[in-house]
Amino acid sequence: MELYRLTAHEAYEKLKKREVSARELAQSVIKHIEDVEQSIGAYIHLDFDAALKQADDVDRHIDEGHEVPLLGGLPIAIKDNMCTEGIATTCASRMLADFVPPYDATVVRRLKERQAVVLGKLNMDEFAMGSSTETSAFKKTKNPWDTDRVPGGSSGGSAAAVAADEAFFTLGSDTGGSIRQPASLCGVVGMKPTYGAVSRYGLVAFASSLDQIGPLTKDVKDCAMVLNAIVGHDPYDATSVSRSYPDYTSALIDDVKGIKIGVPKEFFGQGINEEVKSAVTKAIELFKEMGADYEETSLPYTDHALSAYYLIASAEASSNLGRYDGVKYGYRAAQYDDMIDMYKKTRSEGFGSEVKRRIMLGTYALSSGYYDAYYLKALKVRTLITRDFQRAFEKYDVLVVPTSPTTAFKIGERLDNPMEMYLSDVCTVPVNIAGLPAISIPCGLDGRGLPIGLQIIGKAFDEETILRVAYAFESNTPYHNQKPSER
Amino acid sequence: MEVQTLIGLEVHAELATESKMFCSCSTEFGAEPNTHCCPICTGMPGVLPMPNKKAIEYAVKAGLALNCDISEFSKMDRKNYYYPDLPKAYQISQYDLPLCTGGYVDIETEDGPKRIRIRRVHMEEDAGKLLHEGWGNNSLVDYNRAGVPLIEIVTEPDMNSPAEAGAFLDKLKAILQYIEVSDCKMEEGSLRCDVNINARADDKSMATAITEMKNLNSFKAAVKAMEYEEKRHREALLEGDPTVHETRRWDDARSVTVAMRSKEEAHDYRYFPEPDLVPIALDKSYIKSIRENLPELPDQRYQRFISQYGLPQYDAGILTSSKYLADYFEQCMTIYDNAKTVSNWLMGDVLRALNENGKDPSDIPFPPAYLVDLIKYVDDGTISISIAKKVFDEMFANGTDPGAIIKEQGLVQISDEGELLGVIRQVIQENAPSVADYKAGKKKALGYLVGQAMKLTKGKANPQLLNKLLERELN
Ligand SMILES: [Zn+2]
Repeated sequence: MELYRLTAHEAYEKLKKREVSARELAQSVIKHIEDVEQSIGAYIHLDFDAALKQADDVDRHIDEGHEVPLLGGLPIAIKDNMCTEGIATTCASRMLADFVPPYDATVVRRLKERQAVVLGKLNMDEFAMGSSTETSAFKKTKNPWDTDRVPGGSSGGSAAAVAADEAFFTLGSDTGGSIRQPASLCGVVGMKPTYGAVSRYGLVAFASSLDQIGPLTKDVKDCAMVLNAIVGHDPYDATSVSRSYPDYTSALIDDVKGIKIGVPKEFFGQGINEEVKSAVTKAIELFKEMGADYEETSLPYTDHALSAYYLIASAEASSNLGRYDGVKYGYRAAQYDDMIDMYKKTRSEGFGSEVKRRIMLGTYALSSGYYDAYYLKALKVRTLITRDFQRAFEKYDVLVVPTSPTTAFKIGERLDNPMEMYLSDVCTVPVNIAGLPAISIPCGLDGRGLPIGLQIIGKAFDEETILRVAYAFESNTPYHNQKPSER
Repeated sequence: MEVQTLIGLEVHAELATESKMFCSCSTEFGAEPNTHCCPICTGMPGVLPMPNKKAIEYAVKAGLALNCDISEFSKMDRKNYYYPDLPKAYQISQYDLPLCTGGYVDIETEDGPKRIRIRRVHMEEDAGKLLHEGWGNNSLVDYNRAGVPLIEIVTEPDMNSPAEAGAFLDKLKAILQYIEVSDCKMEEGSLRCDVNINARADDKSMATAITEMKNLNSFKAAVKAMEYEEKRHREALLEGDPTVHETRRWDDARSVTVAMRSKEEAHDYRYFPEPDLVPIALDKSYIKSIRENLPELPDQRYQRFISQYGLPQYDAGILTSSKYLADYFEQCMTIYDNAKTVSNWLMGDVLRALNENGKDPSDIPFPPAYLVDLIKYVDDGTISISIAKKVFDEMFANGTDPGAIIKEQGLVQISDEGELLGVIRQVIQENAPSVADYKAGKKKALGYLVGQAMKLTKGKANPQLLNKLLERELN
C-alpha cells in the first residue's frame, strides 16, 4: 500500500520501527498531493521544501538515537485560521491575504514540539463563516467523493485533505459545526472538544465563546492521538481549563456494554434527510446489539439553538473583526479621502459578503435598543439549552444524533440562500452553545455513494466516553475504510 | 434666584504595575514609540488577553482606600468603537458589574469638611496615542500605552465649585500615591480627568443641561475649564436660556471651552461581556487581606503628624497632602528633632522652589540628610539664616551637599569678636553721618550700619554678635 494511505498511527508505528523514514512519508504524501490537489483544492498554502526539511530534521533526530515523539515525522496541515509563525495566515480572506504572524498558535506550537511535519495551510470559509468552504476569497474546495459537491465547512479544506489522503491528519476549528459537518460530508472523523480543553491562543477569533480547535483524522484512534497532543491548559488563554487531561488512547475499548445512549427526537425531525435518518437509526440499533441501551429523549430548547447561535456568534464576530481596519496590518484600501473613508473602503473591499452579513447582524443585535431583545435573549436561550443537555446527561452517557441533515450538496446550490446554508448546522450548533464535546464518524453512504456522519455528543470533558463509543462502532463497521478513490 | 453649580468627575488613573493589563509588555513611560508592544497589545489576529493579577489587586486597593464596597463577582466587558489608537476596535472595560461601588472621599472646603461620594471604580485598559505633529496630513500611532491598566473613578455630582473639584482632585491624587497604585503624573498622562458640569436653581425649579469636558490633562486646566463653564452655565440659567447637552473641549491657549461636533460624540459602544475572559471572583479573605495591609492614608497621617510631632493643623495638612513630602519630612525627623523647623523649610523654600520649577515633591534633588545638615549649620552658628537661603538655592540647583558648598565658597559665619570689631571700627569711621544720626536718637541708622558691616563681610558676619558689638562700640 502507498504510504500516504496509512492512518497516522500506522505511519507513526512504521517510522518508529524504522521501516520508513520521515522523508519517505513526506515524499509519498507530496507526490500524492501533486496528483490530486489540482482537482480537490484543499490547500491555500503548500511548502514542500519546508516540509522535506522538517522531515529530514526528524530523520536526523532518529539517526542520533532519539525516540520520535508521538505524531513526530507525520506530514500534516493546519486550517488557515490558526497562526503559523512566518507563514501567511489568511482566514481565506482578502483582508488577511498578506498577513504573516510573528507567532505560532498554541496548538501549532504543540504539534511542532512533537516534530509533526507541517505541509501547509488549508482552505476554509472566509473567517470560518460558512458551511461549504465556498465563501473563501481564494478558491473552492471540492468534495473528494464527488468534485461537483462541497466538502462542507467551514473546515472544508481540513476535511477534504484527510479524505483525499493529502495529509495524515489536519486541524480544524468548530464554532457551530465547522469540524463535524465537513468531516461528515467528507467521510472522515472530526472532533470538537469541550470548550476550554484546547487553547484558542492564535486561532483567529470568529465567535470567542463558541470557537474550539479539534482534529480531523482518518480514524478514531488517530483522533485520540491528536487530541492527546493538543489539549491542556494554556496560560495564554484565560478560558482554557486547568485540570488533568487523560491519555485518550486508553479510552479506545471495543465495548459499549452498559453504555446509556440518549436519542433526542428534535434531531430527527423536519429537514433531516431520510437516508441520513435511517443510517443513524441503524447505527443506534447496532449499539444496542453490542450491549448498549438507548432511549428516545427530548431537548426541547434545541429548536431555538440556531437562532440563538446566529445572534451570539454574529455579535461576537462583529466585535472580533473590528480590528481589521487597515491601520495596523492586512488589507488597506488604495484610495480614500480621510480616516472614516479609509475604514469604510478597507472593510467594504476586504471582506466578502457572508462576513459582512454577519458583522451587520451582530452589530444590530448589540445596538442599544435592540440588545435586550436579541443578544440578551439569545444568552438566556443559551442557558436553557445548556440545562437541557445537563438534564439529559443525568440519565445518559452519550447522545447519538446525525451530524449533518444532508450529505454533501452541490457547489453553488445553497450559496445564494443563507437560511438554507445555515440549516446545514442545525444538528451541530446546540453542542457549541452548550460548550460540549462531540465527534462525527462515518456511518454509511447514501444512494449516491456520499458519506453520512454519525454524531456522538458527550458530557463536558468526557471525550473519553465519546471516543470509546466511536471506537467500538468503528471496530464493528467497515465505513471508515471506505475511500472516495475506490468508488 | 440662588444658583448652585453641580460638578461630577470621571478620573482615569494609570495603575503603576510593571507590566500591562493583558500582556507582559512594560508600562514604562517615555520609551521610543512602539517598543513596548507585542502581538497581544497591538491586537493581532488570534491573540487573547492574559489578565494581570497585580492590576486587579491595585484596583481593589484603590477601591478600599476610597471607602468602596468591593464586588466579590464582577466581569469585564467590551466597549466597541473605531479609532486608530484602539488596536482591537474595542476597549476591555467594565460596564454593569464594576469592581468597586459606593465610596467617598472627604475634602476640606471654605465651609469646613465635606464628603464627596464615589459612584464606582472600574478597571479598563488604556489606548495608544496618535502623533499628529510633523507628518503632514498623516498621523502616526504609538501603541506603547495601549493596554496599560487604568482605573476609572466616577464621582456623584457632589462638588459645588471648581475649587471643591480641585480639592477633590488633590485629595484623590494624594490617596492614590499613598497606596502606591498610581504615579498620578498628569504631565505623563497617568492621571486624566473628565468633567460633568451644570447649574441648577437652589429650589431645583430649573437646571441647565450637563456639559461634558473630556481629557483635561492638568489640574490647572481642569479648574480653569470648570471656572469658565461655571460662569457660562450660571449666566445661561439666570437668563433662562437653557444650554444643550454637549461635549466641549478646553482650549488652553485661548482659555475657552469649545463645543465638539455632535458627530464626534454620538457613540453606541455596544457593550457586551468580554468572552475571552472569565468573570472576576474575589474571595472575602483576599479582600480582607488587602484591606488589612492598606498603608496609612492621608487623613490618618495628618492626625498622626499633629499628635506625634506637635505640628499645627496647617503644617500637617500641607505636609501630608503629598506622600513624597510627608515621607521626606519623616526621614528628616529620624535624624533631627525640631519638627517645626523642618516643616518651615519644607513648606517655605522647598515648595517654593518646586513650584517655581514646575516640579513635584518626588523631584526634590537632594536627600533629607542634606536639608537636616543645612538646618544644623544654622543651629550651631556656622552660617546665618540668610546665607542658609543662598546655600539652599545652590543645593536645589545642583543637589550638592551643603557642607561642601559652605566650604568651597567660604561661607562660614564670622563669630570672632576681634575680626568683627575691626570691621565695625572701619564702618564707624567711614559712615560718620549715620553714626551722628544714631547718637542723635535715630535708631534706624543702626540698621544701615549693620548692613554696611554685612556688606564688608559678604554677609558672613554673625548677625547677633555684630549687633551686640556695634551697639557697644557706638555707645
Ligand atoms: Zn504587549
